[in-house]
Amino acid sequence: MIAYIIRRLILAILTIWAITVLSFVIIQLPPGDYVTSYIASMSASGIGVTEAEAQALRIQYGLDQPIYVQYLKWMGMIAQGRFGMAIEWGRPVMDVIGDRLTLTIVISVAAIVFTWALALPIGIYSAVRRYSIGDYIATLIGFIGLAIPGFMLALIVMYVGFKYFNASIGGLFSAEMADAPWNWAKFVDLLKHLPVVAIVLGIGGTAQMIRIMRSNLLDELRKPYVMTARARGLSEARVIMKYPVRVALNPFISTLGYLFPYVVSGSIIVSMVLSLPTVGPLLLKALIAQDLFLAGTIVLMLGVMTVVGTFISDLLLMWIDPRIRFEKQ
Amino acid sequence: MQSEQKPLLSVRNLKTYFFQDEGTVKAVDGATFDVYPGKTLGIVGESGCGKSVTAQSILRIVDQPGRIVDGEIVLRGADGNDVELTRLHPDSREMRDIRGTEIGLVFQEPMTSFSPVHTVGNQIVEAIRLHCGVNEREARIKAVETLRQVGIPKPERRIDEYAFELSGGLRQRAMIAVALSCNPRLLIADEPTTALDVTTQAQILDLLRQLQEQRGMAIMLITHNLGVIAEMADDVVVMYLGRVVEQGPVDAIFHSPQHPYTRALLRSIPSIESTPRVELPTISGSIPHPYNRPSGCPFYPRCPEFIPGTCDQAEPALRAVSEQQSVSCFLYQSQVSQGQGTKPSEGMA
Ligand SMILES: Nc1ncnc2c1ncn2[C@@H]1O[C@H](COP(=O)(O)OP(=O)(O)O)[C@@H](O)[C@H]1O
Ligand SMILES: [Mg+2]
Repeated sequence: MIAYIIRRLILAILTIWAITVLSFVIIQLPPGDYVTSYIASMSASGIGVTEAEAQALRIQYGLDQPIYVQYLKWMGMIAQGRFGMAIEWGRPVMDVIGDRLTLTIVISVAAIVFTWALALPIGIYSAVRRYSIGDYIATLIGFIGLAIPGFMLALIVMYVGFKYFNASIGGLFSAEMADAPWNWAKFVDLLKHLPVVAIVLGIGGTAQMIRIMRSNLLDELRKPYVMTARARGLSEARVIMKYPVRVALNPFISTLGYLFPYVVSGSIIVSMVLSLPTVGPLLLKALIAQDLFLAGTIVLMLGVMTVVGTFISDLLLMWIDPRIRFEKQ
Repeated sequence: MQSEQKPLLSVRNLKTYFFQDEGTVKAVDGATFDVYPGKTLGIVGESGCGKSVTAQSILRIVDQPGRIVDGEIVLRGADGNDVELTRLHPDSREMRDIRGTEIGLVFQEPMTSFSPVHTVGNQIVEAIRLHCGVNEREARIKAVETLRQVGIPKPERRIDEYAFELSGGLRQRAMIAVALSCNPRLLIADEPTTALDVTTQAQILDLLRQLQEQRGMAIMLITHNLGVIAEMADDVVVMYLGRVVEQGPVDAIFHSPQHPYTRALLRSIPSIESTPRVELPTISGSIPHPYNRPSGCPFYPRCPEFIPGTCDQAEPALRAVSEQQSVSCFLYQSQVSQGQGTKPSEGMA
């Protein structure tokens, strides 16, 4: 088992390395570089940029060098814990990202917790009381939730909040808290804003989770071990929760690693509508501006988190499912 | 023998139907039989004739959309009081206690009968703790003891293993241990050896016999294998399409079978005397589709002794043909009793 974990660890490191190459290549793919898009946006606002100025910029950011040199330089910087300058912002990448990464994690975790807290009980209910009125209602609401795009829901929530509750929904903080340093009051302020955001972000995934949980559980409920558990005289609730639900949860644990980047990339538009200070909109902007260091750093961080998340969910799965534990020995 | 003792379990006219969109499956349609203390009742019949659903009905664990629609299941309690199981709520405390302590169940597939993510011990200890009111440590000691009794070597180690770590034979032994952990007076074994190889099969049957001697429990042994019946059963119930067509002591069933279906079943098993390389007779025709059962006697379309105008008109009732043997067939019912046969079933569901 230890050997298996070490193998996974090596694989994870290799994957992260591959992610650095890929993210670098993808960011370089569009024609031109940061300077081209800088010149374009400058001339759009009526300011000309001379060839000499452009060349100076390129040399300043090392854009004149061959691509592999740029890559190696970038890697060298990252190895030293430096992520370079966000060119467009004129500030170090880490400054620009700042709290955004933490806040993104907080929002994503909140959305996932909301999704699971709602989807798992409803999915269990739907499977156990299959074809009941409750099951049909859950299915209907689930499909409506799935059909409404997140940004639309965000707009509706904002409109309703504004019109009927005179509350401005959006952002993660009240106006007076946004730039305040972290303290207890700011934390409470964040907690107040979090539920609406979590619901808007989580609702689409909830509908999907309900379907997955329902069908997983239906498969398990048919298995003989459920009937033998009943035959031992356990109460129905205990039978269901201890055996088939436990087994039906395994696939959820195994997708834990993918959830985070899924929520981040799926939430860019919603984040823009709700003006959330997350990395999603930042990434979009950096990609448009071909801001190599900023975009590269964000993609790399998301990649690392996915790999780490997958690694953790593998370990969790081994811990809760003995079949996997034995297979990997 | 039987008349001296009261049955431990009496099933009367049990009907368990599955209500589905496509139609109603009459899985058990008027089954009647008794199980006597300390005896083995063999229930035999082709696959799909409702043997498993009968067992599930007795334990009140029939799956949705199945329901007991009629009949009685009476369990004679240890204190002499009768309990009518069909009147209890399936999830009531009383019914659940009966499941753990009065009736144990062993299934065909020992692998899938255990949870894939819990140890064998976890599942035995759970049952013992629930019904015997002992603490975790005592329950574990009792569980190890039970595993030892069913012939599992090194039970103190095996108890912490998962079902998939055990061999097929050990797994079925462990399943028997779970069923017996709270000393039930009746063990229902539903095809307990069907998934096992021949040697293991013989060992498991030996074990069941030995446990029955030690504990004096009754066994309801469900199988489609007449060889197993001949070896194990004291009494036999032959089922066809949810109904009991014949019942009696094992000798009577094997030596003077009365129902045409029983005779056909017996002809279809090889014996030492049968000529080699001659094809065994099979029962002609196939089992009717469960949505589409024939009216009258369910066996008449395949019956070599079909009486037109009688067998397809009315359902024969189970009648005694000797002191201990009963048959449900018009061949053994006088003209007078014919009229008293049950009405033809209301159309086809
Ligand atoms: N859960 C269920 N849903 C619908 N039909 C069922 C279910 N369980 C059993 N049946 C039907 O009941 C009939 C009897 O099945 P069963 O008791 O399992 O037969 P067997 O004698 O082989 O054990 C079969 O026609 C089967 O299709
Ligand atoms: Mg069966």
